[in-house]
Amino acid sequence: MAVHPISDADAIKPPKTQTGVVGWMRQNLFNGVFNSILTVVILYILWKTVPPLIRWFFIDAVWTTASEACYAADGACWSVIYNNIRFILFGLYPHDLQWRPLAAIVLLIALLVYSRDRRRWRRSLLWTWLAGLFVMGLLMKGGLFGLENVDSTLWSGLPLTLLLSVFGMVAAYPLGVMLALGRRSRMPAIKSLCVVYIEMIRGVPLISLLFMSSVMFPLFLPEGLTINKILRAQIAIIMFTAAYIAEVVRGGLQAISRGQYEAAESLGLGFPQKMRLVILPQALKIVIPPTVGILVSAFKDTSLVVIIALYDLLKTTQSVLSNPKWMGFSSEAYIFIALIYFICCFSMSDYSRKLERELGAGERR
Amino acid sequence: MNETLIQDAPEDSPIIQIVGMHKWFGDFHVLRDIHLNVKRQERIVICGPSGSGKSTLIRCINRLEEHQRGDIVVDGIELTNNIKNIEKIRAEVGMVFQHFNLFPHLSILENLTLGPIWVRKVPKKEAEETAMYYLEKVQIAEQAEKYPGQLSGGQQQRVAIARSLCMKPKVMLFDEPTSALDPEMVKEVLDAMIELAEEGMTMLVVSHEMGFARSVAHRVLFMDFGQIVEENTPEEFFHNPQHERTQLFLSQILH
Repeated sequence: MAVHPISDADAIKPPKTQTGVVGWMRQNLFNGVFNSILTVVILYILWKTVPPLIRWFFIDAVWTTASEACYAADGACWSVIYNNIRFILFGLYPHDLQWRPLAAIVLLIALLVYSRDRRRWRRSLLWTWLAGLFVMGLLMKGGLFGLENVDSTLWSGLPLTLLLSVFGMVAAYPLGVMLALGRRSRMPAIKSLCVVYIEMIRGVPLISLLFMSSVMFPLFLPEGLTINKILRAQIAIIMFTAAYIAEVVRGGLQAISRGQYEAAESLGLGFPQKMRLVILPQALKIVIPPTVGILVSAFKDTSLVVIIALYDLLKTTQSVLSNPKWMGFSSEAYIFIALIYFICCFSMSDYSRKLERELGAGERR
Repeated sequence: MNETLIQDAPEDSPIIQIVGMHKWFGDFHVLRDIHLNVKRQERIVICGPSGSGKSTLIRCINRLEEHQRGDIVVDGIELTNNIKNIEKIRAEVGMVFQHFNLFPHLSILENLTLGPIWVRKVPKKEAEETAMYYLEKVQIAEQAEKYPGQLSGGQQQRVAIARSLCMKPKVMLFDEPTSALDPEMVKEVLDAMIELAEEGMTMLVVSHEMGFARSVAHRVLFMDFGQIVEENTPEEFFHNPQHERTQLFLSQILH
């Protein structure tokens, strides 16, 4: 019987790769004929496209001029943004009251940034949010504390986009979870109701839901009773998003093993406790990536409210461009709002990744 | 450990009574005419070939499975289809699973306090004290802040036992508690179960650990094809099996 000595771990090192810049380039860019050709071709394309783009974007661009100077310039005309920024962001909102929606947006962003840290998720945060939402509503609507009343038909631009999407997501998420649970229910009435709802909503485009809510829905209301147009669009967005979230959450629920249900049941937990304490925390965590995907697309889909004549960010931009003075500069204007959309969507996906990392800590199997 | 053994009925009254119980999975007759009385503080080991209905039998006792005919009475409450407070019974009947089924998103301590806090409405601090007491009993207190995924199989199963004990159950059901474990971890789990047995817990154990059955069981049941084929004291069961199928089974597992 031989006893094998455990060899000194330090004595053996991993095989050395070629290090240094040259080594890295040889390994990653020129390892083989095909890759070398590809590298050269891509370098050529970049050399042809990037410098002119930079010139157009920055060097030849005009920033704060009147529209006449734009026609003379070779580069981008960022003046279209500079001269119309207030209309693009706040639309029809009374000009001298536009500090109010600005303050509301700043408050919203502050609350979102504050809530990023999971350690702050306490009951008090919920009250902070409710108070914050009240203040935001007050700022937008006015009519109290000496603030001038602003009719909601004048709400437009970025505040409208953020309003529709933030409320849309916040309301659609719990509704979607309820629908997912309902679809898995053993009670046939609840189950089929949820199935019908989900499949029906998923079967039609958001545009048709918006149309229905703005054109058909008022026909069914008794005469004299009208529901705010923004609210109707909001409800359509919530209903639409909830159906998609429901299907994603259902996927998450199916990924939880039967053993987890049984363990929770054998401890004597009732259905609501079992779901809230054991099943949903796990299921919702699994589906963070697809859920955020849905929320991101819901955010972008709010731009569809244009078709029922709501002035969201996209529509205010289009209005600026229909002004003969600024007609030719749609690229610049659209790049600008694309940037706004990108910042919002990117922060959402960035946050979801952070959340996933934090919730995954210590749970590696 | 006396607080776990509050006796509110005479010693000899059965805590579990099963009379003429049948169960089907679709057309498949899994349990046939089961009669079983379990006295308080009695320890029963159930063995038998796979598919013989052992697990299904003990899962009927806390109604993870529903039986279709016959009666099951647990701690004076009959399990019926329109039973309202099944949670009440489940709180009194602890269960340890083959695959541990710890909650992976909660720390060990949170796994242990979840039931007491939400079902028994015990204050958090008290629940944590109880949890640490049982974690120490299964010799794993130093892992309280870790997550289940960071523990070995044997450690996870001991945590699962402690989790059930935190509910101060009147009966403990074990569904093949050691069969998913690596061989070197079986002993630590059996030791925890033996200690529990010595303290007088009522236990129903589905297991093939014959050594365990010999040292702690009052009775051994042998099941085959959904029936209790033979039941006897461990001594008689191992040395003098009556039934042909029992003899065959024992010759296969004991070599």
